[in-house]
Amino acid sequence: MSALRRSTPLAVTGKYLALAFYVGFALFPLYWLAKIAITPDKLIYTEGTALFPSRVTFENFSTVLVATDFLAYFRNSLIVSLGTAAITTCVAAAAGYAFSRFDFRGKRLVIALMLITQMFPLLMIIAPIYKIVAAIGLLNSLTSLIIVYTAFNVPFATFLMQSFFDGIPKDLEEAGMIDGCTRFEALRKIIMPLTLPGLGATLGFVFTAAWSELLFALMLINSNDTMTFPVGLLTFVSKFSVDWGQMMAAGVLALVPSCLFFIFIQRYLVQGLTSGAVKG
Amino acid sequence: MTAIDSVAPGKSRARPSFYFRYMVEPYLYIAPALILIALVMLVPLVIGISYAFQAVNLLRPFQTGWVGFENFQALWSDRKFWLALSNTFWWTIGSIFFQFFLGLGLALLLNTQFYGKRLVQALVFLPWAVPTFLSALTWAWLFNPTIGPLPHWLAALGILSEPFNILGDPNLAMWGPVTANVWFGIPFFAITLLAALQSIPGELYEAAEIDGATAWQTFTKITLPFLAPMIAITVMLRTIWIANFADLIFVMTGGGPANSTQILSTYIFTTAFRKLDFGYASAIAVALLGLLLLYAVILLVLRRKLVKI
Repeated sequence: MSALRRSTPLAVTGKYLALAFYVGFALFPLYWLAKIAITPDKLIYTEGTALFPSRVTFENFSTVLVATDFLAYFRNSLIVSLGTAAITTCVAAAAGYAFSRFDFRGKRLVIALMLITQMFPLLMIIAPIYKIVAAIGLLNSLTSLIIVYTAFNVPFATFLMQSFFDGIPKDLEEAGMIDGCTRFEALRKIIMPLTLPGLGATLGFVFTAAWSELLFALMLINSNDTMTFPVGLLTFVSKFSVDWGQMMAAGVLALVPSCLFFIFIQRYLVQGLTSGAVKG
Repeated sequence: MTAIDSVAPGKSRARPSFYFRYMVEPYLYIAPALILIALVMLVPLVIGISYAFQAVNLLRPFQTGWVGFENFQALWSDRKFWLALSNTFWWTIGSIFFQFFLGLGLALLLNTQFYGKRLVQALVFLPWAVPTFLSALTWAWLFNPTIGPLPHWLAALGILSEPFNILGDPNLAMWGPVTANVWFGIPFFAITLLAALQSIPGELYEAAEIDGATAWQTFTKITLPFLAPMIAITVMLRTIWIANFADLIFVMTGGGPANSTQILSTYIFTTAFRKLDFGYASAIAVALLGLLLLYAVILLVLRRKLVKI
C-alpha cells in the first residue's frame, strides 16, 4: 500500500532475508517436533542434533492411536473446544452487536467490566472456582470446562465481534427495518451473512484458545475418561517414562485441528481488527 | 424531560419504546455474556479475595476462619515470594521486549508487497496456534543438551563454553521459557500492529514522499504516531497477560532449578494445588493483582499525559 518508494536491490535482499528469518524461526520448532515424531526410537538419542533423521518411521503415530487413550483425549478436547467456541461465539456476537449498534445506559460500565476481566490474574480465581465446581459436583466433567472456558473467552471475543460489526454500515439494517423487517430479522438476514468471516475468525480464535488450555483442565479434571489433550500429554511424561517419540507424535496430532483452524482464520483476524481500528 | 404535562399526545406512546431501546433491548443482547462473566469470574474473584484473609488449607480442614492480615504478614517475610516477584519482573520484561520489537518488525514487513505474501503470513502466524503445552514441550526438547540441538549449536557458535543444560542453570534457566514465549507471542503483536498499519491512509505516505521525507522520517512522523494508541493498549494487555501466564514455565522448568524460574503465577498454582493452601495462594494473587492494577493505572496516566502533548 505504501510501497511507492523505489527499492534498492540491497533493501529488497534485506527484506527477503528478514522474512526468511521470521519464517525459519516460526517453523523451526515445529519442524523439530515433526522430526522427532518420525524418528525411530533407537535413533532419537544418537541423532539428537542431526537436521534429518537417517530413517523414518510412522510407528509412533500408530502406537499413539492404537495403544494409548489419546483418541479419547482427542475426542474430549474436540467436544470441549467445539462446545466452547460455538457458545462463546453466539454469546459474543450478541454482546458485540449491542456494543456496536446501541448507545445505552451503563455501556461504559459494561465495557469497563469486560476490560477488567482481562486484567486480574486468572490464577486468583482458580481456587474458588475449584471449590465451587466441586461443591456442585461438576469436577471431572467436560461441562465444567466448557462453562469456564466460555466465560474466559467471552470478553475478548465480544470486542472482536464488535469490531467486525463496526465494519458493517448501519444503513444496511436500517434500510431493512424500514422495509418492514424487525431488528432481529434484519440482523439474521442482512447482517449475519456479512459478518460470517468475523464469526469464523472468532470461532477459530476461541477454538484454539480452548484447545490449548492447560491449567484449568489440569485442576478440574483428573479422571482418565474426561481428560483433555494437554493434560493427557503431560501425564504421558510420567506414565510412559517419557517416550519422546510417542509424545511428539501425539503432539503433531494435537497440532492438526488448531493449525487448520488458524490458517483459515488469520486473514479475517487482520481484516476484522482493521475495520475496528479505522473506527478508532 | 421535566415538563411532563406538556407532552404531546404522540410522545407518551413513544416513551416505552424509547425506554425499551435504551434500557432493555441492548441488555437482552448482553445478558448472556454478563451473567457468565459475573458467575464464573466476578463471584470467584470476590471469594478469592476473601480467602486471602482466611485460613483455607485443605490439609488442615479444621483450622479455618478469618485471620486478618496474617497471610500477608507471612508473605512479607517469605523469601520465595520476593524471589518470585523479581523473577516475574524479568520474565515479563524480557518476554514483552522481544515480542514487541520482533512483532513490530514483522508487521512492518507484512505491510509491504512481496512474492508469496499470503503463504508467508500464514506461516509466521502459526506459532500462535500451537497449544502452549506443546510449544513448552518442544522448546524443552530443543534446549535439552543430550537430545536437543540448541546447546550444541550455541557451543559451536562460541556462545556457550560447552553444550550444557541451560534450563538446569539457575542463572540462565529463565531464557528457556522466555525464548518459547517470544516465539509464541510475536504473531499477536504482528497481527494487531499489522491491522493498525493497514488503517493508516496511504495518501499520507504519498505526501511525505513528495515532500522528500526519508524512510526514517516517514516512520517516526507518520507510522509511529498512528500506531501509538494500538501499541499502548496491546503492550498493556500483554504485559498483564504475560505476568499471569504460567503454562510455559510450569511445563518447561516447573519453577526450578532452585526456584530460579518461579514466578508469582507458578507460585500461586503450586501453593494452591500442591500444598492445598488456598488462603496463602490467594494472598499471593491479591498482591499480584495490586501490582498489576498499579501498573495499569500508571500506564493509563502516562498515556493521557503523552496524548495531550
